[in-house]
Amino acid sequence: MKDVSLEQVTENYYDVLREIGNIGAGNAMTALSQMLQCKVDMKVPQVRLLEFAEVGELVGGEEQLMAGVFLGVEGDITGSMMFMVEEQSARHLIQKITMGMLPEGGEFEEMGLSAMQEVGNIITGAYLNSLSTMTNLKVFPSPPAVTVDMAGAILSVPAIQFGVYGDNILLIQSQFYDEVKLDGYFILIPDLESYAKIMTALGISME
Amino acid sequence: MSEIVKVGIADLKTCKSPDGVMTLGLGSCVGIAIRDPMTKVGGLVHIMLPDSKAITTGQHNIAKFADTGIEELVKQIERMGARRIRMVAKIAGGATMFSFQGGGGPSVAQVGNRNADAARAKLKELKIPILAQDTGANYGRTVIFYPETGAFHIRAVGKPEKII
Repeated sequence: MKDVSLEQVTENYYDVLREIGNIGAGNAMTALSQMLQCKVDMKVPQVRLLEFAEVGELVGGEEQLMAGVFLGVEGDITGSMMFMVEEQSARHLIQKITMGMLPEGGEFEEMGLSAMQEVGNIITGAYLNSLSTMTNLKVFPSPPAVTVDMAGAILSVPAIQFGVYGDNILLIQSQFYDEVKLDGYFILIPDLESYAKIMTALGISME
Repeated sequence: MSEIVKVGIADLKTCKSPDGVMTLGLGSCVGIAIRDPMTKVGGLVHIMLPDSKAITTGQHNIAKFADTGIEELVKQIERMGARRIRMVAKIAGGATMFSFQGGGGPSVAQVGNRNADAARAKLKELKIPILAQDTGANYGRTVIFYPETGAFHIRAVGKPEKII
């Protein structure tokens, strides 16, 4: 196959990612509800194709404090993936998982970060599972890394990866509720070669 | 009254004293601030990637790359009366936001260092001295630059503001 630029295939590409995103986010919420041992309700995820400049606004400003989980994707499909939640939401999740052992307010201790890493593992794992099931391709997540920082700084990492192809970023916003409303964001970034594999696996012609 | 002009991601803006330029939440991207101390004009470019020549997929946004972004910023402030020979620069950003155990992880995780190196190389090529820099480490930075004094303010989460 000749070189595919993202511009040529953008529309199909986003349709595919949108579909994967819907199913993946649904699976992720099921996994999260099992982990928290409570019912987690979810709205239909919003798939958004945004210019870089708009991303900061969507998540509440570039300086909004957020927790980000970032990991590599290996196997038949390669690339990377990110899951982000607002810092307050992250605290809430961590409190539930550690049964209130994280001190209120203060900095994220090592325990908080490793709990967040666990949440990220489960959520992204469930997401990638649905990608694997849909495409019948093998997809393995690498161990994730976690940080708590300004949204703009966290988002710079996936933005840079998308930046190789254009000036847009594709992000899936999923709102879920247990006792409180939580906003989570998924960003899946397949490498360009992997995109072709996903399309082929789904029986979508590239011509 | 002075104004602060906002610079987005993969974007550049110029200003004149007493105004300033700022960009929010630099992560692995790099902010390069350049000014001419005599005319007190300057600007800031927020680059995302080191090298425009490494990308073949028809890119038009020159502010996205260290090489073309810095060149364009220099041109624009020259048009405002600055002279290349007097220009000085300060840079910040280029963090490694995610560190993976054993140093693995997706290659994009390391792009911060490459961005900062590319910015330094381009400034050297243009013979613009770097007076101060705050790059690397593992946290995001918000920066504000005042061409009037050359003060480059850097804010990070949980750290006192510093001026370089």
